[in-house]
Amino acid sequence: MSNTETTYALKLEHVTKRFGSKVIANNDVDLDLRTGEVLAILGENGSGKTTLMNMISGIYHPDEGEIYIKGEPAVINSPRDAFSYGVGMVHQHFKLIDVFTAAENIVLGINTEKYNLKEATRRITEISDKYGFDVDPGKKIYNMSVSEKQKVEIIKVLYRGADILILDEPTAVLTPQETEKLFNVIRRMRQDGKSIMIITHKLHEVMAISDRVAVLRKGMHIATVNTADVTESVLTDMMVGQKVSLDIARAEPKNTADRLIVKGLNLKNAEGVSVLDNIEFTARSGEILGIAGVAGSGQRELLETIAGLRVPNTGDITYIDPSNKSEVDLRKKTPMQIRDLGVRLSFVPEDRLGMGLVGNMDIIDNMMLRSYKGGKSMFLDRQPSKNLADKIIKSLEVVTPSATTPVRRLSGGNVQKVLVGREISSAPSVLMAAYPVRGLDINSSYTIYNLLNEQKENGVAVIFVGEDLDVLLELCDRIMVICGGAVTGIVDARTATKEGVGLLMTTRKQGAV
Amino acid sequence: MDKEAVKKPAKAPLLVVSKRDALPLGKRILIRAAALVSAIIICALMILIVGKANPFLVFAAMFRGFFINILPSIYSVAILLGISLAVTPAFKMKFWNIGAEGQALVGALVTAVIMIVLGGKLPDPVVTVIMLLGAVIAGMLWGIIPAFFKAYWKTNETLFTLMMNYIAIEGVNLLLEVCGGPSHVVGRSLLEHGRMALFNEPYIIPIAVAAILAVVMFFYLKQSKQGYEISVVGESENTAKYIGINVKKVVIRTMAISGAICGLIGFMIVGGVDYGITTTTIGGRGFTAIMVSWLSKFNPFIMILTSFMIVFLEKGANSAASKFSLIDTNFSNVLIGIILFFLIGCEFFLEYKIHFGRSSKEVQK
Ligand SMILES: Nc1ncnc2c1ncn2[C@@H]1O[C@H](COP(=O)(O)OP(=O)(O)OP(=O)(O)O)[C@@H](O)[C@H]1O
Ligand SMILES: [Mg+2]
Repeated sequence: MSNTETTYALKLEHVTKRFGSKVIANNDVDLDLRTGEVLAILGENGSGKTTLMNMISGIYHPDEGEIYIKGEPAVINSPRDAFSYGVGMVHQHFKLIDVFTAAENIVLGINTEKYNLKEATRRITEISDKYGFDVDPGKKIYNMSVSEKQKVEIIKVLYRGADILILDEPTAVLTPQETEKLFNVIRRMRQDGKSIMIITHKLHEVMAISDRVAVLRKGMHIATVNTADVTESVLTDMMVGQKVSLDIARAEPKNTADRLIVKGLNLKNAEGVSVLDNIEFTARSGEILGIAGVAGSGQRELLETIAGLRVPNTGDITYIDPSNKSEVDLRKKTPMQIRDLGVRLSFVPEDRLGMGLVGNMDIIDNMMLRSYKGGKSMFLDRQPSKNLADKIIKSLEVVTPSATTPVRRLSGGNVQKVLVGREISSAPSVLMAAYPVRGLDINSSYTIYNLLNEQKENGVAVIFVGEDLDVLLELCDRIMVICGGAVTGIVDARTATKEGVGLLMTTRKQGAV
Repeated sequence: MDKEAVKKPAKAPLLVVSKRDALPLGKRILIRAAALVSAIIICALMILIVGKANPFLVFAAMFRGFFINILPSIYSVAILLGISLAVTPAFKMKFWNIGAEGQALVGALVTAVIMIVLGGKLPDPVVTVIMLLGAVIAGMLWGIIPAFFKAYWKTNETLFTLMMNYIAIEGVNLLLEVCGGPSHVVGRSLLEHGRMALFNEPYIIPIAVAAILAVVMFFYLKQSKQGYEISVVGESENTAKYIGINVKKVVIRTMAISGAICGLIGFMIVGGVDYGITTTTIGGRGFTAIMVSWLSKFNPFIMILTSFMIVFLEKGANSAASKFSLIDTNFSNVLIGIILFFLIGCEFFLEYKIHFGRSSKEVQK
């Protein structure tokens, strides 16, 4: 019926969004999305990517500027309006109801058609087959892994007939394998004529999936370029605005000594399934021990067990106190006592705000979460926390109006910086960092790597759980590979190869991929 | 223009609501004052048109009602303030405690029982001290029981605390039945020993206690480690667990404090002023206090003003009702409603700003 062939699925003109009078999240942005292309949105943390997408999907309303969809001016006041224009967004924090099944979640809130779960299930299967998802419509959300939940979110959007899809950091919580599957889905959607915007901090993903890249810097649209015409380093420079060098300076380990000895560790989860299987390793001071493995192989459980948050079924965890060389049995200690010994767990949960930080508290009070108990007084001393907050804001370049801003107002990556900064700064003797750069832009990621190196040189025993094998090989001294809760090898990171580690990661395959 | 695929939403928003920056203090006070003045004007019109009375005379009567007997009035403020302070830590922890009424009443009940049982048998000051301890412990227990069940078995604290109110009320009924004789009154004649008063003036102590409590509570919530734990547990139980706060302990401890303060208030009412007890001794103030606490955004100093305002409106409206034929207590409740409506409503404008929809060129047709 339409006789005007629109090349642009979406066009933004002079879009500006402010939060209060101090923060300009988007400043006069002109952006276009061609029909049937994959456009990557790239920018440092806090550069306004999420805010921009939220305006297209009806969460926010622009203060100034126009949005055109398929050539016509659009007024989008709610996600429902967005759907009526065919725009659907998958947020980084999923919005699913745990106790419902996939199908129930997908049809939830559609009131234009009769509630018919059978018919819905049929259509969901149809969509899944068409784009190559593997999702069980009858499965409850609480039984799902992150990547399954993400698939449900995407199907939800497709089910509502969206042909403009926005994906906000979809790969931040996925393993490389899962990411590849997602990309296959995206490619099929593109073939099907859908237009897709994807936010990601990983440049190799940008290169792999996108047709064009739009770069944002400090709320402004710098340029949109053809992916084929640029390289990763060109993109980095565009994003940061100056030449940046991305190096990890790995020093030789000095004065190493055993700090943490784990022996025969077994753990079963609530259902009685074994999640840690006879784990044995030693973490040494002045060294970074990497842990590689497919996500969900027991990394999280291992670190939480060491931190005292889980009680192992059998096994020993011995900590050697650097001050007097005495052996401490960590299994007899509470999480608080373990922390006071200097064993710090900096786990970056998939749900950043849910665990490590309190969204409604400001940065200073969030710093205090770890330290408030200190001292004999029954009253709080906020001054050290304030100094720490200022220090982290400066060293990690946290984009925030002030140290008294509630962390929920920060962008995803900046929330992360606050969390990681706090853990690293606590003068630990064992530092366990799991996925510390998840959601961080490339520049900040390297800042974190170098901070970890600094800790190592200060004689801390660093345990680093990562997903990027290149980084693991470049940063760590030794890499322990786990698979299905069991150690499949401990290798020297200086001589190991990516293929070798990859093989170990899958040698004893059990559990989810 | 006839693309069917694109269904357009009807129109641009007429009003856009957006969060505003924190306003400077002066402006905040100004907005609240404006709300108050508007409320008073509406009230005046109501009085003039519906009540057929001179609003100025009615307002004058209200002032007289509150200020003519200033000490009892301030005492009423103190009691409401005390209970409001008591419920605040629990609410900050997102523990929906609607049992302050019962916690205070059980404190009152224990006070009365000790007066009856021990009065005359021990020296009066000793009786007073036992009353105080008994009431505080009783209130504390009334707070701890639902907290304990919530912490260990995840029972619903709202229902639980509500039920505990009825147990306290029936306890008082039992006392009235047993000691009150045929007339069912436990009054001055029975409760004469262990009375607590300073300079023969019953009101001074409760007023002083409430004032001190307000200061202590302010620092407890804002500056103490326990207060910080309360905020963390209230904001996110997961975070609290993650950083090693013993959530069960915090929940129980906080409700113990809430209940203890309520018990203390019950003791001051019966042992200090009323020298009598009925099922309505607390008179719903355990519930009003919840509103005071939230309305004051959990700030103890603002609670002083809020309690004052509520007691002023109640006392004033009652005294006006007794003087003007067409104005009765229902009418005065309407006036109270109008004023609260404006004051609560203006909070919205302090947080958000509203501007009219965007330029019409955007509205396509
Ligand atoms: N609700 C809000 N209130 C106040 N400021 C906000 C709010 N949401 C975002 N901001 C600010 O707007 C800016 C842009 O945030 P946005 O979330 O769009 O960044 P982003 O590019 O998605 O970053 P990231 O890569 O870290 O997710 C940030 O400085 C952030 O602090
Ligand atoms: Mg973001």
